Amino acid sequence: MLVWSKSGRVLTWLLAIPLFVIIYGLPIGVIALASVSGQWNDVLPSHFTLEHYADAFRAASFDSLKASLVTGVLASAAALVSGTWAALALRRIQPVPKRILDLCFFIPSAVPSVSIGLSLLVAFSQPPVLLNGTRLIVMIAHFVLISAFTYGNVAAGLARIPSDCEQVAESLGARPFYRLRRVTLPLLLPYLIAAFSLSFALSMGELGATVMIYPPGWMTLPVSIFALSDRGAIFDAATLTMILGMATMLVLIGLSRISSKATVR
Amino acid sequence: MADAAIAGVPASRPRLDSFWVVPPLLILAALFFYPLSLIVREALGGNEAFTLSHFSEVLSSRRFLDGLYNTIIIATCATAGCIVLGFVLSLVIAFVPFRGAKSVARLIDTFIALPTFLVTLAFTFIYGSAGLLNVSLIRLFGFDLPPVDFLYSQWGVILAETTVYTPFVMRPLLATFSQIDQAQIEVASSLGAKPLRIIRQIILPAALPALVAGGSLCLLLTVNEFGIVLFIGAKDVITLPMLIYSKAIQEFDYTTACVIAVVNVALSLSLYTLYRLIIAHFGGNRAGVV
Repeated sequence: MLVWSKSGRVLTWLLAIPLFVIIYGLPIGVIALASVSGQWNDVLPSHFTLEHYADAFRAASFDSLKASLVTGVLASAAALVSGTWAALALRRIQPVPKRILDLCFFIPSAVPSVSIGLSLLVAFSQPPVLLNGTRLIVMIAHFVLISAFTYGNVAAGLARIPSDCEQVAESLGARPFYRLRRVTLPLLLPYLIAAFSLSFALSMGELGATVMIYPPGWMTLPVSIFALSDRGAIFDAATLTMILGMATMLVLIGLSRISSKATVR
Repeated sequence: MADAAIAGVPASRPRLDSFWVVPPLLILAALFFYPLSLIVREALGGNEAFTLSHFSEVLSSRRFLDGLYNTIIIATCATAGCIVLGFVLSLVIAFVPFRGAKSVARLIDTFIALPTFLVTLAFTFIYGSAGLLNVSLIRLFGFDLPPVDFLYSQWGVILAETTVYTPFVMRPLLATFSQIDQAQIEVASSLGAKPLRIIRQIILPAALPALVAGGSLCLLLTVNEFGIVLFIGAKDVITLPMLIYSKAIQEFDYTTACVIAVVNVALSLSLYTLYRLIIAHFGGNRAGVV
């Protein structure tokens, strides 16, 4: 307790709580409110409607939701496999090359997403590999952008799991693959789920690289939201943002449930 | 611990073992390093002879210099804002906790997972010319024009980035604050130290590593921020990522876009190096960085 007097504490709260509400509560509040507003010309919306939500699950917007979910799941799964593989492989390497390789796997997180989009656009619009205009290039961009976070999460988890379980398994004669499947990966499961959640959330909200390379017919939600808000359809944009936020949160909450179950077990 | 585990592995197959790292490394090389090298090549003349003329041309252009200036000003101001706001909010949550402070901390933490443009979109409804604030003020005081008009300037971008990236400062700060011995603060205050003095002499020194680490992460993220700037869409607020986008997608000028991208990547890699050095200096645990 930093402030001992009752009045001092109340004063601090009177200053701080409105700050929290204005900075973090209000933005979410107005997006939620706008997503159900029919008309908003006055201080508060004049009437409410669910029309925007009905629209969101029709045609174009629904395709974006699907594109975002598919891209998010596939890119995160690929990043999870490659990140886990890299983190496991790096354990067996001498300290000095290990640090260099570790840095290599982290670097994509430090490169601006727009530049990643541009680099993929430049690289895959010319031979030997032509991917420009395909859905695959969007997934590649998401994979590159989230791979560092996945790798970082798994590597951090790997450093925290007790090494004696694996050593015991080894001393009892477990083959490396069996040990990996039955000891290491189960111990690592909560971290794998956390890594997947983070990369899924990042992929769902990704805009910078996607806007550079998305092909027609594979607009992700953030790109659609930008297109709507650019056109002045801010209520529809708010609705899609709500759906994006809720879809992300649902997946995150679901995964954290599984994760806490895995930890208890 | 991890190194000890490596030592425990039989030393007969170390060479073979290190080949396992090759597949993910190849993927990274093909999908990240190869494309990145191509934008450097494109910036240096592409298929034609090596030349620095694109660089000198772009780097001396008005638009690039404005973009660089805007990027630096916005990133610096937003980072300063994040550090101040993050410190104050964490201080209240950790040391003057109110009912529900924990859930507030969790709400703020979820902002890390949400897309950055959410806040910008929300700001249109709150501070936009037909937004909540302006309409209320017009109703109350009868202004003719919307009195609050900062959103479509760099201040709008700075405010939005501060909101979005403050959680990145708060996360390590709250972790550090939970390690400060409460007894130390109680003793200090029972000896008559005022809250400000306790903050200055006990809390601030302990929080410094987390503040520096969180602040440098914010600097990196704000330099690279794109969504917020795109959504605000102000004509005179063009940052480097925004410039790359408009050059490549709206003007199809890939060479210029590549030159700017090289500069932007170099800038953010140097900031990233700074961040890693700071974490290494303070030690990951003390900085509370996970």
